[in-house]
Amino acid sequence: MATTTLTPAKELLSGNEAIARGALENGIRVATGYPGTPSTEILETLARYDAEHYVSWSPNEKVALDVGVGGALAGSRTLVTMKHVGLNVAADTLMSVAYTGVRAALVIVTADDPGVHSSQNEQDNRIYARFAEIPLLEPSDSQEAKDFVQQACEISERFDTPVLLRSTTRLSHTKGMVSLGPIAPPPVLGYERNLAKNVLVPSNARVRHEKVLERSARLREFAEESSLNRWERGSNAVGVITSGMAYQYVKEVLPEASILKLGLIHPLPLDLLRKFAASVQRLLVVEELEPVIEEQLKAAGIAVEGKEFFPRLGEFSPERVRQGFQKAGVLPSPPKNMEPEKGLAVQENLFRPPALCPGCPHSVPYLVLKKLNALVVGDIGCYTLAVYEPLAAIETTLAMGCSIGMAVGLQKGGDGARPIVATIGDSTFFHSGIPPLIDALYNNARITVLILDNQTTAMTGGQEHAGTGKNIRGEKVRTIEIAKLCKALGVEHVQGVDPYDVAAVFRTLKSAINHDGVSVVITNRPCVVSPVTIRTTPYAVNGKECDACQICMNLGCPAIVWTEEIHQGQHKVTIDARTCMGCAVCALLCPTEAIVALANDPARRAV
Amino acid sequence: MESPATQNVLIVGVGGQGVLLASDILGTVCLGRGYQVKKSEVHGMAKRGGVVYSHVRYGTQVLSPTIEPGTSDVLLAFEPAEALRWSKYVKPTGTVIVNTQKRIPPAACQDRRPDALTRYPRGIEQALRSQIEDVRRFDAETLAFELGDLRMCNTVLLGALSRVCEFSAEEWLAAIEKSVKPRTAELNRRAFLAGRSVEFPCAEEPQAEELVFEKREAARDEAPFIEIRQNWCKGCEICVRVCPQNCLVMNGSKLAEVAKAETCIRCMLCEWLCPDLAVSVH
Repeated sequence: MATTTLTPAKELLSGNEAIARGALENGIRVATGYPGTPSTEILETLARYDAEHYVSWSPNEKVALDVGVGGALAGSRTLVTMKHVGLNVAADTLMSVAYTGVRAALVIVTADDPGVHSSQNEQDNRIYARFAEIPLLEPSDSQEAKDFVQQACEISERFDTPVLLRSTTRLSHTKGMVSLGPIAPPPVLGYERNLAKNVLVPSNARVRHEKVLERSARLREFAEESSLNRWERGSNAVGVITSGMAYQYVKEVLPEASILKLGLIHPLPLDLLRKFAASVQRLLVVEELEPVIEEQLKAAGIAVEGKEFFPRLGEFSPERVRQGFQKAGVLPSPPKNMEPEKGLAVQENLFRPPALCPGCPHSVPYLVLKKLNALVVGDIGCYTLAVYEPLAAIETTLAMGCSIGMAVGLQKGGDGARPIVATIGDSTFFHSGIPPLIDALYNNARITVLILDNQTTAMTGGQEHAGTGKNIRGEKVRTIEIAKLCKALGVEHVQGVDPYDVAAVFRTLKSAINHDGVSVVITNRPCVVSPVTIRTTPYAVNGKECDACQICMNLGCPAIVWTEEIHQGQHKVTIDARTCMGCAVCALLCPTEAIVALANDPARRAV
Repeated sequence: MESPATQNVLIVGVGGQGVLLASDILGTVCLGRGYQVKKSEVHGMAKRGGVVYSHVRYGTQVLSPTIEPGTSDVLLAFEPAEALRWSKYVKPTGTVIVNTQKRIPPAACQDRRPDALTRYPRGIEQALRSQIEDVRRFDAETLAFELGDLRMCNTVLLGALSRVCEFSAEEWLAAIEKSVKPRTAELNRRAFLAGRSVEFPCAEEPQAEELVFEKREAARDEAPFIEIRQNWCKGCEICVRVCPQNCLVMNGSKLAEVAKAETCIRCMLCEWLCPDLAVSVH
């Protein structure tokens, strides 16, 4: 069969790429955010287009939203992107910009993470829409992700409100076909001075709150007629109200049902929902995570079932939705020839937790902190993986920037038995590590702050930040130097260290811990996978010399594995030349000097 | 309603093996044929040496982006244990294509009890064959290495996949050329054709073996006794720093002291490296 040529109007885009495309087609002129899985690729995609829009990484989500509010007030359509927990950081601004309203469109993307693929929780940000009384749109495939940007812009400007566009990990990271439209030049409305609206002193805020409620009433009327909500007529035995990715799963497993697919999640079209309820014999809500729709329906007196069949925990899938319909008696129960025990045993025994990369500059500092018996307060980043065996050095991880403040509290409230060390990455330090460092200094804490500066935002795939000297488009910009910043704040003990030099890390951290006051240690090696993959000559183990002491295994390096040769009850080791990047730390640690550099790289033959 | 012709291909492996590029190429092939395609994967933390997967579904209409267990037509596994992990997604009449080179995770090498086994399943082969009709094993990595670059492994595997999909070699090669760096296009082309020409069965079939995970050996009879002669110790800290099990600590008088003898693995480093002969492991 002949290959058909690609029509230029259709492309395979992820949800994130589709949102970026939607932004371009709808004249977004300002786009900003902070990297966070699963939202990161939206701005990365926008930055790749050579257009006249402004794209930037902000140091955190609140700053991003502030920039976004400014952009909208200046009269430019604006997009602000973040992961679900990022909206917590930006919530202060969000709750009040809901009062002031916008001038040009302000679309805020919240990318939620049901199933906690790469986050610290699985909060359902649809609840923010109710809290702030602003509209929330939820697409269910890449095409809708693009189309809903247009709808969000129009609603934002028509109703003078910020609009939330909610994605989930599955939507953001699923590629689907998208019809492309022309890229629109961004219009600029211009700034308009309006003190009563834009200055939230109490006298204005009271008036604005009333306007918010009026706006909500108008939005509710709009919701009844909006094409964002779609009634798909099917059998009247069962009616399903659903949205987002759950809609696809419902269509897959129960194609004959009547479906009310909601694209506008807040406010709900209650009259339409009542009509739909009346048209079917049994009504079910299928929604991922919290019963946001279900509870509002129940409050409105509509008899509906939902969370008793469809779990409130974790991500949905066709099989989980199928099980829900089986539990509800809508689908017949499955034959009982399955062997769940066997499947479970496989899953439990095949553990392959994510690990720090071979040669990761974070490994040695954690190895040393464990030796120093430090109470290590972790933060959000790749280094969270130092919680797993064998490093097992981190004792807490909560949210972005928490480490330093928590360290202050652990020291002030503690018994002084163990040194308290906060460990935080460079990007996280810029995000929200500076105010707590000020707190530590201001309140005279006795803690050590270890800043693991690998000169990138590694966990999310290697984004630039204020300390890398480059912006999102890769252009050279001013570098904010962490050491200078700490000294300027008044930290007396600031030391840099090469994290591959095991002895130096030991000495430096020990002296920092012994300092009476706030001490800061900053590591200085770049991430081994971004912006470029670093690889030098790999190392190998001389099996005769290895005495199976397991010191190198304490690094948790994925390139070092056991052989089947046992020496005094312990496995000898070998190095996987396919993945070793040649950092030489294991060779430094090896007491029998069994680890040596290979003469050439066996993974790559000269062609 | 969904067309019954929807095809499901699950591509799995370990972070860094090129799973996502491989599934992108398959997506491009499907798109070229005018099919609807959905391709679902997860990025972020999971990629750091962890499990990587990509669901690819194509046909005239595709709804769910993920594949239901027991319905995948093909499982393309870049690693044997990953083939086992995802095997429940494959139809009994489906096909598993698996690279035989293992990636043993660091987590599998941590049990420090005497004579503990690597926590990596044995008997994967038989377990796969008992569930799925068509199991195609081959050493894609060595094939890639012989072509000049291990990183071509994903393209070699796509070559093997192309034998069970409906698309022509030309369609695949066009998609590959579009997706890889121009510098590596020729090498990728050769890797694809090498994978495509593999005939199965080809790898040496291992002995039939029941699926087992780790088997515990008898626990050690007695805990080691670490003796530190305090009057010989001058507090140089060498033994404390070198102990892989953190059994030793420096005490208040800056002398070495045993803190956790029960975790000692008898590596003897403290005894051998003590410059003052102050430490003995019994």
